[in-house]
Amino acid sequence: METVACPHCDLLQRIPPLAPGHKARCAQCAETLAVGRRDPLGRALALTMAAALAFVIANTAPLMGLSAAGRETSTTILGGARQMWLQGSEVTAAIVAFCAVIAPAGHVLFLLVVLVAVRRPPAPRWVGDLLRSAHLMHPWSMTEVMMLGILVALVKIAQLATVLPGIGMYAAGAFIFLLSAVTVSFDPRDVWKRVEWADPKAAPALPGREGREVVPAR
Amino acid sequence: MNQAGYRVGFSAAEAGLVSCASCGLLSRPARRALAGHCPRCGSALAFRKRNSVQYTWALVIAAAICYIPANALPVLTTTTLGSTESDTIIGGVVFLYTSGSWPLALIVLVASVIIPLGKLVALAYLLITVRRGSVANLHERARIYYLVEFVGRWSMLDVFVDAFIVALVQLEPLMSVEPGLGVVFFMVVVVLTMLAAQAFDPRLIWDAARRSEPRRG
Repeated sequence: METVACPHCDLLQRIPPLAPGHKARCAQCAETLAVGRRDPLGRALALTMAAALAFVIANTAPLMGLSAAGRETSTTILGGARQMWLQGSEVTAAIVAFCAVIAPAGHVLFLLVVLVAVRRPPAPRWVGDLLRSAHLMHPWSMTEVMMLGILVALVKIAQLATVLPGIGMYAAGAFIFLLSAVTVSFDPRDVWKRVEWADPKAAPALPGREGREVVPAR
Repeated sequence: MNQAGYRVGFSAAEAGLVSCASCGLLSRPARRALAGHCPRCGSALAFRKRNSVQYTWALVIAAAICYIPANALPVLTTTTLGSTESDTIIGGVVFLYTSGSWPLALIVLVASVIIPLGKLVALAYLLITVRRGSVANLHERARIYYLVEFVGRWSMLDVFVDAFIVALVQLEPLMSVEPGLGVVFFMVVVVLTMLAAQAFDPRLIWDAARRSEPRRG
């Protein structure tokens, strides 16, 4: 049993040990508090590695090619942002590059390092900082929004030119699926349990003791 | 029972406990006024996000102001053999609709018009009810906050659409597309509303109900 407060409504409650596939929801606001997973960190590591590979391909291979009036052009994700920058929209270009490339890259890279580092607990404290940075990046990582945006853009220009999807497009699709699989399979609490405490004196001495998550008054 | 007809459970704050926003650890600060730092991950602790209502209001108002130029100014300027045409966000939706792909027109309409407006209205509603200490519709308001947080990112859709059209359609001298100032304002609206959703503390919704019912020690 572990005592937690729901992050959305602050209800104090205990989470029982969960069987794989079971979920603990807040008794008050139904927010998911914990998910039981078989080998949670190993599976997350495998999926994150695959996602990182897909991400590299998605950003290096051409996303799509376009041919019109005998001319051909192709673009990558960063190429799109660069073109925007050259057209004089530096702010838009920077935000597009951040949401489509930098934030997903940071999210996946930080997660990868965290998941490798916690394989031998106790992991050093910077692992916790890295996990925090990964969570900070997560809401700004918008690969799936970008893919829908590309689809709409293609429909809009379909009358002007012939558009051919490139390898980068398929890789970006794979990346979206793998990243959402990572989010589902991964419980940050499993990582925090393996990270060294900032205040070693407050760290739990007897694992498994009832209410050990509640730290005595300092 | 309170006026909401629903019993609200004990919160960590009522028990003198604070949960870390970063790692979730519950700890008991020595003094209520000074929550200090999380003993596990070292980040600063707070019973509730500091000045959450004020920060969220500031971001919502700023976003509402930027929403006007975002819709009034053109997002794309197309030049075809001497003729120049400007499109606003609504113009883009209408173009998609008339060119026969109404499902995509609907998606863009939802992502670029309904979601940003809905977010501003929803956040203002949450802020007002929290400030007034309302105990009605607790679950509905919690769900509204969840939705605002969850769907907010999709309003970036139009920015990506415009960015890739600009990147792809460079067939000079036949045709060229340039981004307009509307995109920048629209993007600012999306970023500000996302920050506003992050600044709001949903625990305030439930605190009002807790205050309204008698508590034992």
